[in-house]
Amino acid sequence: MLTIDRATYDAIVAHAKRDHPDEACGIVAGPEGSDRPERWVEMVNAAGSPTFYEFDSTDLFQLYKEMDANDEEPVVVYHSHTATEAYPSRTDIGLASEPNAHYVLVSTREHGNSEGPVEFRSYRIVDGEVTEEEVTVVDELPSN
Amino acid sequence: MAIEVRIPTILRTYTGGEKAVSADGASLSALIDDLEVNHPGIKDRLIDNGDLRRFVNVYINDEDVRFIGGLEAELADGDQVVVLPAVAGGAH
Repeated sequence: MLTIDRATYDAIVAHAKRDHPDEACGIVAGPEGSDRPERWVEMVNAAGSPTFYEFDSTDLFQLYKEMDANDEEPVVVYHSHTATEAYPSRTDIGLASEPNAHYVLVSTREHGNSEGPVEFRSYRIVDGEVTEEEVTVVDELPSN
Repeated sequence: MAIEVRIPTILRTYTGGEKAVSADGASLSALIDDLEVNHPGIKDRLIDNGDLRRFVNVYINDEDVRFIGGLEAELADGDQVVVLPAVAGGAH
């Protein structure tokens, strides 16, 4: 199960809507091993595409360096699909390389840049196997 | 000669869980061959058809090796090598 706070959830949804029709991407970092998505980091989609996303290699390096210095890991890795459902594509599955992360997919296909509900779903992707999980949105993450 | 190589989570199965290992080589290519000796199987995850895999990023002292010679990039004692899988995907 993914437990995420309302502000982070809203930030991810707003990012996906803003970048529509291109795919939006980013992470939510948290203390290593904590499973707590605490620090939202919006990334630039270097592919700038409606059907593909990729973190810029220099941005990726800086991000991991920063997380390493903070003893963090990517708790959530998210991106949007802008014309299809919020389910991992074959590309998503083939390239998933964070076995500990919750892979969040947001679909903006219904309302695009406008107000309105989106599909927001979360998965584990390990060794090519996809397992959907429940998403619980809370006002604030429970204190440690 | 010792070069620290930072290993991403997904490849730690090859390093017994270690986040960083030490290896030798005057070029990235030689370094990867040396890694393979102690961590069999890791080379195939980094190289495909004689070139770095498209969705694997390798950095030498903060620089993406694609801009400094790729597999031929030179290494010296004390350099730090970081391996990071690309974070990528998409609907297509």
